[in-house]
Amino acid sequence: MANLRLSKINKVFGSVHVVHDVDLEVLDGEFVVFVGPSGCGKSTLLRIIAGLEKATSGAIEIDGEVVNDVSAAERGLAMVFQSYALYPHMSVYQNMAFGLENNRMPRAQIDARVREAARMLRIEEYLGRKPKALSGGQRQRVAIGRAIVRKPRVFLLDEPLSNLDAELRVLMRAELAGLHARLGATMIYVTHDQVEAMTLADKIVVLRDGRVEQVGRPLDLYNHPANRFVAGFIGSPKMNFLPARLLRAGADGLTVEVAGLAPLTLPFDGAVLSPRQELTLGMRPTHVRHQADGEFAGTVEVSEQLGGESYLYCRVAGEHRVVIHAQGQSEVRRGDEIRMSFPPQHAYLFDAEGTALPRPGAARQTAPAAVDVAS
Amino acid sequence: MRRAIAFLTRRRGGRGWHPTDVLSYAYLVLGVVMMFGPVVWLVMCSFKTQAGLIEFPPSLLPYSQKQVVVEGYKEPLPLFEVKLPDGTTKPMAQVRRIGIISQMVDPANPGQTVRVRFEDRTPIRELSFAWENYTTPLAQFNFTRYLWNSVIVTSVATFITLIINSMAAYGLAKYEFRGRTSILIFIIGTLMIPISVIMVPVYLVVTQFGMVNSLWGVILPGAATPTGVFLLRQYMLTIPDELIDAARMDNASEWQIYWRLIVPLSLPAIAVLAIFSIMWRWNDFLWPLIILTRNEVYTLQVGLNAFQGELQVQWHFVLAMTVVTLLPITLVFAFLQKFITTGIASTGMK
Amino acid sequence: MESLLQLPWAIAMRALEYPMRGIQRLIGERRMPYVFVLPNLLIFGTFVVVPLFINFFYSVTGGTSLFPDQRPFVGAEQYGYLLDCEDYLKPFSCREDQFWRGIYNTITFVSFQVTAMVALSLLTAIVLNRRIAARGFFRSVFFYPVLLSPVVVALVWKWILQREGVLNAFLTALGGDGIVFLAEPQWAMFWAIFVSTWAHMGFYTLILLAGLQSIPRDLYEAAEMDGTSHWRTFRRITLPLLWPTMLVVLVLSLIKSVQTFDEVFVLTGGGPGTATQLIVQYIYSTAFATQVHNFGLAAAAAIVLGSVLLVLTLLQMRLGSGKDKD
Repeated sequence: MANLRLSKINKVFGSVHVVHDVDLEVLDGEFVVFVGPSGCGKSTLLRIIAGLEKATSGAIEIDGEVVNDVSAAERGLAMVFQSYALYPHMSVYQNMAFGLENNRMPRAQIDARVREAARMLRIEEYLGRKPKALSGGQRQRVAIGRAIVRKPRVFLLDEPLSNLDAELRVLMRAELAGLHARLGATMIYVTHDQVEAMTLADKIVVLRDGRVEQVGRPLDLYNHPANRFVAGFIGSPKMNFLPARLLRAGADGLTVEVAGLAPLTLPFDGAVLSPRQELTLGMRPTHVRHQADGEFAGTVEVSEQLGGESYLYCRVAGEHRVVIHAQGQSEVRRGDEIRMSFPPQHAYLFDAEGTALPRPGAARQTAPAAVDVAS
Repeated sequence: MRRAIAFLTRRRGGRGWHPTDVLSYAYLVLGVVMMFGPVVWLVMCSFKTQAGLIEFPPSLLPYSQKQVVVEGYKEPLPLFEVKLPDGTTKPMAQVRRIGIISQMVDPANPGQTVRVRFEDRTPIRELSFAWENYTTPLAQFNFTRYLWNSVIVTSVATFITLIINSMAAYGLAKYEFRGRTSILIFIIGTLMIPISVIMVPVYLVVTQFGMVNSLWGVILPGAATPTGVFLLRQYMLTIPDELIDAARMDNASEWQIYWRLIVPLSLPAIAVLAIFSIMWRWNDFLWPLIILTRNEVYTLQVGLNAFQGELQVQWHFVLAMTVVTLLPITLVFAFLQKFITTGIASTGMK
Repeated sequence: MESLLQLPWAIAMRALEYPMRGIQRLIGERRMPYVFVLPNLLIFGTFVVVPLFINFFYSVTGGTSLFPDQRPFVGAEQYGYLLDCEDYLKPFSCREDQFWRGIYNTITFVSFQVTAMVALSLLTAIVLNRRIAARGFFRSVFFYPVLLSPVVVALVWKWILQREGVLNAFLTALGGDGIVFLAEPQWAMFWAIFVSTWAHMGFYTLILLAGLQSIPRDLYEAAEMDGTSHWRTFRRITLPLLWPTMLVVLVLSLIKSVQTFDEVFVLTGGGPGTATQLIVQYIYSTAFATQVHNFGLAAAAAIVLGSVLLVLTLLQMRLGSGKDKD
């Protein structure tokens, strides 16, 4: 168990700058998830931590010791690969024992460790089989087992669930969470799936184009995204974005004109903004209200009825798409004109660069006036 | 029986016979005779005695005249079927022959000899294998030595080739390093250079190392086959890099990755190269012919050539030793023919 | 059997584990590929790359000594000697008539042998590609001689062709006269071509068969649906799609044919006279099998041969890369 610190990590492949000045601290026992769209540098960052790639600049410290020049083998980490990378010519037992043999561990101890891990992962009966003869989920367990037996300082997991089918993925996700709780180990987990990030992480690191966009606890990221990218990436379905323009800044907040519709006054502190500034209004689908006296009109293009909940895909002002996520069932059909409202206390505003505008502390607490009017 | 005929005449696709089918099978049967016939003929002849070999017209199977030991005669006598004056026939042994008259003796009654006309007797022949064609050259000439030299050259050279070629192929397939491209270009560029183009300078190099008339002089020059490096590298490129990363995380040294991971996973390609190497080395002729000039270091091929080039060719020995030379390859082929043909078809090399 | 082969291998590999780990620690993981390519490169450099350069040195020096320091520089004299001819079409008018006879013999040999090789292996491949029973067996039959050593191949046929051989037995049984095949120049050349074709056609058959089998079956089914005749199907589908493979076979057999030495040397010894002496045998005899070892002349002739092979190889590489693009 260990903590890990990255400072000013850069990685350049030829003329491509893959990782930019990444600073990060991972505490002992933490479950950290690197999340971002493909090509954002998250896997490269993981491989740099593993020692499989060399950082172009910057320092990697494990337990206060700089390990930049320590080889992958000697960093005392273990990795679970996307393809599992099980040695096809070795049995499950040999796969798990290989690393320990390389460390010249006595046979009895190897045996004890392999069997313990196999019991924990419920793969005892497959120990004699070759990877070919296992199902996807079983291979996944073996790959995790191969990491566990090493008792590594940090577990590194590179999209470990992406090769499983949807059902199995949910199952393995819960198991991984359980495993982390049981082992109390430090884990760094790479995924492009924000659901995995939200459900597993103690701390999420959102990456884009090799830069860290935001680091924080899952709900902090959800509730207080630092910028438009994070706001759009975290949460499902995606946050609705509508172009807005600042009309005036007053004591009660900012009054903005949204998509050419009625002005809205939102509780934001806009002292630094100039008038007529281009902004973006963000609103999570769960917070958009479908109500008869709403301020905005929209046309329903698709209505998905899942029984317990419903999604309405609407078009507002002829060009902007807005998704409404409501509990229960709804009678609305394709082509219907509906009205909706954007409750100001759940709104987000982003400036032209995408940075989130700060909310005054008070605004967050003043709550549910609008909730009462909800239909 | 009906079903057996149906099976034999069945064609793929189950449609009827067409004239071109008959032509095809005729061609194939001719092919079997042309391709196997000469070798079968050689094997048959290798069991004939010296006398049997010069028999004209020749027989397919190794027959020789039956001989019997008759009381009162030191040497075994040849046995003939004799037509007696009373019209009956009887097997009798010939004591001597003068002109057209043979002096015969009945083995059952050795005391009495009979004079028989030449045309009234026919030799009694039996199938017999002249194993001495094999045992004599192996025992009296150096053929056991040649055989042993060939085995040494083939096995040691194949072992060395497999090791150094697979090491180089791994280095060239799975690492980025300075000089890699130039090495690759050089190796591919020399794929087609035969020993005949560089035999003089290679001879110089071998002389400088003092390896003339040594088996090392045969083994080393051809050990670093470009074909092998090329073949193995192409195969190793298909092994996923993640496996190597996993092994590195498992604290395996690069050498361990090579022999515990890469080699077992490349086994199909290595087996193909092994077969190639065995074939090349066992059949190698020109280079050993140049480098080996002393009888005791000859390989089978060189020894066989020297033996057949003598003024008085002892064909009964040459044939037998040819069979000994072709036997190992034939056995390997018989067991691995499917593997060999698919291996060669997929690589386009031999 | 398998474990018997693996045991020495495993012992050697394990024994190297410690020193190799030490080397890796010393030079670092990133320089390990040099260790892997080194043994192969050493042998390859010593016995292929360096000789390639020494060959040029030999071809521009004279004398009979093997050792470079005892060989006087003569410039292009060796080449001049080889190429000195009154009439290039008449080998006997050349100063080094053996070389020119070798070239002409090789041209005859190559043109007939390659033609026969391509024609026969194509025919065989087409027959083998039909719906026939026991295809695997027949394929192996045609392939078997490929594995035999050239010496064995030559002896097998020498035994058949000799004066009291089985072929002459047939001829006399049919009422003809026996022929001493290998003592008559034209017959000797015929049999040299025949025997080397016999020995190698199985290899090209295998390649062509693989080419035929890679033609998608549904093309034939489509042609059948269109009511195309067999001959037309062959002309319009099989031949065009097989053409790249045919070219590869053609060039490959050309390269191999120019290099022929072993089986002809053992079969005829180049004789009668020099009737079947090919270019490689000329190089071999000039350097090693004559009383006076003329290494310079042999090296010059080898470079001439090497240039021809180089051109053919480049041709093959272009064909190969062209095939990939399709």
